[in-house]
Amino acid sequence: MDNSGYSEIGNSLLHGLNRQSAGTGDKQDKAGFGEGRLTSFEAVIGLEVHSQLLTKTKMFCSCQNIFGKEPNSMVCPVCLGLPGAIPVINLEGVRLAVKAALALNIGINKKSLFARKNYFYPDLPKGYQISQYLDPVSSNGYLTIETDGVKKQIRINRLHIEEDAGKLIHIGNESYVDLNRAGTPLIEIVSEPDISSAKEAACYLKELRDILVYLDISDGNMEEGSFRCDANISVRRKGDKKLGTRAEIKNVNSFKFVEKAIDYEIGRQINVILSAGNVLQETRLYDPKENVTKPMRSKEEAHDYRYFEEPDLPPLILDAEFIEEAKNSIPELPQAKRKRYANEYALTSYDCEVLTQNKKIAYYFEDLIKANAVNNKGKVEIKKISNWVINDLLFALKTVENQRGSKENDMPEPEDFLNLMLEVTAGNINKNSGRIVLTEMLLTGKKPNDLIKENNLAQVSDDKGLEDLIKLVLDENPKELADLAGGKDKLLGFFVGEAMKKTKGKANPKKVNEILKRLINSRTRGPDGI
Amino acid sequence: MDLSNLTIHQINDLLKYREVKSVDITNSYIKRIKEVDPVVSAYLYNDFEEALSNAADADKIIQKNKDFPYLTGIPLSIKDIFLIKGKKTTCASKILDNFISPYDSTVIRRLKENNYVFLGKTNMDEFAMGSSTENSAYKITKNPYDLNRVPGGSSGGSAASVSSDLCAGSFGTDTGGSVRQPASLCGVVGLKPTYGLISRYGIIAFSSSLDQAGVIANDVLDAAIMLKAVAGFDEKDQTTRKFEIKDYPEIVKKADKSAMKGLKVGIPVEFFSEGLDPKICSRIMEIKELLKDLGADIVDISLPDTKYSVAAYYVIATSEASSNLERYDGIRFGSRFSKDEGVQTLDELYRKTRELGFGKEVKRRIILGTFALSAGYYDAYYKKASLVRKLIIKNYKDSFNDVDIILGPTSPTPAFLIGEKMSDPLSMYLSDIYTISVNLAYLPALSLPVGVIDNPTKKGGVLPVGLQLISPWATEARLLSVAKIIEDEVKFRQKYSAKI
Repeated sequence: MDNSGYSEIGNSLLHGLNRQSAGTGDKQDKAGFGEGRLTSFEAVIGLEVHSQLLTKTKMFCSCQNIFGKEPNSMVCPVCLGLPGAIPVINLEGVRLAVKAALALNIGINKKSLFARKNYFYPDLPKGYQISQYLDPVSSNGYLTIETDGVKKQIRINRLHIEEDAGKLIHIGNESYVDLNRAGTPLIEIVSEPDISSAKEAACYLKELRDILVYLDISDGNMEEGSFRCDANISVRRKGDKKLGTRAEIKNVNSFKFVEKAIDYEIGRQINVILSAGNVLQETRLYDPKENVTKPMRSKEEAHDYRYFEEPDLPPLILDAEFIEEAKNSIPELPQAKRKRYANEYALTSYDCEVLTQNKKIAYYFEDLIKANAVNNKGKVEIKKISNWVINDLLFALKTVENQRGSKENDMPEPEDFLNLMLEVTAGNINKNSGRIVLTEMLLTGKKPNDLIKENNLAQVSDDKGLEDLIKLVLDENPKELADLAGGKDKLLGFFVGEAMKKTKGKANPKKVNEILKRLINSRTRGPDGI
Repeated sequence: MDLSNLTIHQINDLLKYREVKSVDITNSYIKRIKEVDPVVSAYLYNDFEEALSNAADADKIIQKNKDFPYLTGIPLSIKDIFLIKGKKTTCASKILDNFISPYDSTVIRRLKENNYVFLGKTNMDEFAMGSSTENSAYKITKNPYDLNRVPGGSSGGSAASVSSDLCAGSFGTDTGGSVRQPASLCGVVGLKPTYGLISRYGIIAFSSSLDQAGVIANDVLDAAIMLKAVAGFDEKDQTTRKFEIKDYPEIVKKADKSAMKGLKVGIPVEFFSEGLDPKICSRIMEIKELLKDLGADIVDISLPDTKYSVAAYYVIATSEASSNLERYDGIRFGSRFSKDEGVQTLDELYRKTRELGFGKEVKRRIILGTFALSAGYYDAYYKKASLVRKLIIKNYKDSFNDVDIILGPTSPTPAFLIGEKMSDPLSMYLSDIYTISVNLAYLPALSLPVGVIDNPTKKGGVLPVGLQLISPWATEARLLSVAKIIEDEVKFRQKYSAKI
C-alpha cells in the first residue's frame, strides 16, 4: 500500500463529526501505573493542526467567509458543489498561507499543486476536498518551543492550503447540512514526530496559535473549531530505535483537552504494552466528558482518499515579489517580543509571557511605553507599567467583558492610563481607587481626572481629619485594642481595615498605618513610648 | 416558405435585410421539430415558449440596431450538459432527473448576450460517456441518414438535430471525440477547440482535463460564427487562457484555395492502419489528392504513441470522472430514499441512489476510475497514463515542427447499427481511436463531411464520411480556413442531405 507514495499522510479532521464507533472504549485507571514503569517509556508525538484563514472570501469562490449566519445563506454554485461549478483560487488565502509558512521558517515552494482528496460525507458537497498533496505550497520548517526553561526545535513537515467542509447539525433523529463553512480557507500544518510529551504538545500548539493570531491569519479559536488539532501518538521503550504503532487522536477541541487527551493516550498505550497486548493502528476519538479516547476506525476501515491532481485548477506559481510582499507583512512575533521585553525593559520572563499572550495587550503595552516617553506630566517606571497592565488592566478588561458580554472593548488612551498611574504614584488616589477609575475609563471612555472628581476618590490625606477618624475607631473597639496591647499584632490590620471603611477606601493606607501606630503606641504604652 | 434548412450565415443575411423575422424562422423550426423529432429523437425536451420569446426579443433588437451579434435570432439546440438558469439539465441521467439549474453556464451567458434563440436540450450519452448516444437514460437518438443507425456520441442529439435541420446549429462537448465523431457520422461540421478556449464553467464535468465545449454546424463558416460567440477567457474557469480571440468568421470568409500552396499537410501512418473501413480510407485519400492538386505538400508522418492513447484516455477520463461524479450522492441530487424503501443508513442512501441513478456505462467508468486512483494502483495506472499523455503531446509537438496541419479520418467506421456495439464496450471505445489523442494533447480539431459511402443495410442509402483536421495549439483560424477551402471544393452540403 505504501509503495504507491499515496498512503495516508495528510489525514485531516473529520471536522468535528462524532462518527463514533459502537465500541465502548477501553477505560483504564491511570493511577495504576508505577512511576518507574512509566518513565521507562517515551512518547513520540506529531501534530496536525488545521487553522481557518481570516480571508474576506472563501478559498475557491467569492462567497463571504463569515461565521454565524443563517444556514446555507453564504453559498454559491462553487461551494455548494453544483454540477458544472469550477473553483477559482483565492490569492488572499494563498498570501496568508505563505505568510504563515514564512513565520514558521517553512520553505516556500514556488510551484505547488492542488489535489483532490476523495471521500463521501454529507458535509462535503463535491465528494472531494480540494487540498494539496504531493506538492504543497511550503515544506520543511521548524518552530522553537520552551518547556520548563528548556528550548526545543519541533520540525514542521509541511504547511498546505485546503478548504473546510460544511457542518452537520443533528436534531433528534434528523441531520441537517449547513454549507456556510464549506470552502472556508484552511491551512494544515503537519509537524514531524519530534514532540515527546503532552506538555510539549500543548506548548507547540500554543506557540503556533500565538503566531497565527499575531499575523491576523487565524482567530485561533479552538472551541469554535477555527483552530483544530489531531495528534499522532505512539510510545516505545526508551532506547528503542523503532517507532511504536501510532494512533491518531481526533476531536481534541480545546487547549485544556490537548494535554489531557495526549496524556491519557500515552498511558493507555503503555498499559497495552505492559499487559503484553498490541497497540493498534487506528483513529481514536477523544471524549472530554470521560477523559478517555475511544476507537473510531481501524487501519482496515481507513479511507483510501484516492488523491490526484485537481484538474480544474492550474499549478499555483508564486513569484519572488509575491513571497517578498508576504515576508514584509510579518510583524514582530511573540517569541521575538518576549526576548526584546526581557532585554530592553528588564522584565521577568513571567511578565514577558503574560504581556505577549495576547496581541492586543502586547501592542497596547508598547503604545504605553511610547506614550510614557513623551508624557510631559511625568514618567512611570516600565516595571510599574507592566504591573499595571498585568495586574490591573487585565482584571478590569475581564470585569468590563462580563458586564458587557462582549470581548470587543476599546482600550483607554495610553496617555490617560499613564496619567492615572501618575495620580496613584503621587498618592493623590490610592491603588484601589485607581483600579475603580481604570474600570470606569474602560466603561465610559472618560478621562481619569474627571472620574476621580466625579466619584470623589481623592485620597483623604490630611492628618488632622484622619487622626480624628482613627481615634474614633480605637474608641469604638476597646477589646481589640486591649488584645493588641497584649501582643496580638495581627489586630493592627483590623484597625487599618476599620479606618479604611470609615473613609470609604479613600484614605492613604500608608498614612493610616503611620497614624494608627503612633496613636496605639501612645494609648497602650503611655506618652513616652517604649 | 421552409426556413429550416438554412445555415446561420444565411439566416443572418435574411434578418439583416429584414426579409424575415426571427419569429418566422423559429416557427419553421418548431414546425419541423414537431414533425421530424418524434422519429429522430434528437431532443430531450423543447421549450417553444422560451424559443418564441427569445425570437421576439431578438426581432426587437434587430429592428432597433443595424449592428447586432451574429447569433441574434438564430435558433440553436444545446446539449443537455450545459446549465441554463431555470431550465432542467439532466446530462441524460436519471440522477439529475429533477435538477433545475440555478445558474447559467458561461457558454449560455454569452449566447444570451448574443440574443440567441433556445430551442431545446439535445440527447446525449449519460454524463457524455459513450460514442453512440445509446447510453442516454431517456431515449435513443437515430441517425438522420438511417434511422436504424446511431448518430454517434456523446453529442449525438446535437449532431442529429443539425443534420436533420431541427436547429441552425448546436453546442456540444468533446472529451474524447464527442463532437467530432457524431458530426462525422451525421454528415455535419464538428469543431473541438483548443482546451481552454471556451470556459467549462457551468458545463457538467465528465473529465475536467479533457472536456471542451465544441460546436456542431451546417458548414465551416457557421462553426466559426458559433466559436467566436462563446470563446475567450473566463475568470470563473482558471483553465481558460487569455488567447487572442480572432474574428474567425471574417477569416473563414476570406479563406482562399491559393493558401493551400506550400501548406504542409501531415498524414499520420497510425491513422490509416488496421480497423479503418477501406471505403472511408479511400474517401480520405481522395481529399489527400485534392490537396495535392491545390499545391499542398503532403508529408507522411508518425505519431508513434497513438496506440497507447485509448488506454491512457480511459484511465485519465475515468479517474477524473470517478471524482467528478461523487457529488451525485443522494444528499442533494437524485431521489431521496426513505426508510420505507429499505434505506436506513447513510451508506445505504449512497448505494441506492447511485445504483438506481446511474446507468451501466457510467457505473463501469466510475469503477474503472476508482480502481485506477486507488492506493497501490495509482502509479501503475493514473501516473503511467499521465506519462503517456506527455508522450502524446510530444508526438504532436514534434510533428508540428514539420507540418502545418494533420489530416486523417474522424472515425474508423461509418454510423453503426443501434445495438451493434452495446455489448462490446471495447469496440465502442475504439470508435474514438482517432479523436482521443487530440483531447489528450489539448489541441483543436475539426471534423468535416467530405463524402459518403454506400449504406450496406439500406438500399440506395448513403452514410457520411468525416475528415478530421488537427492543427497546433490555439490555431483555430488556420484550422477553420483549411476546412473552408476543402469544403468549397467538396461541396458536401450541395450534394448530400439526410433527406428526412
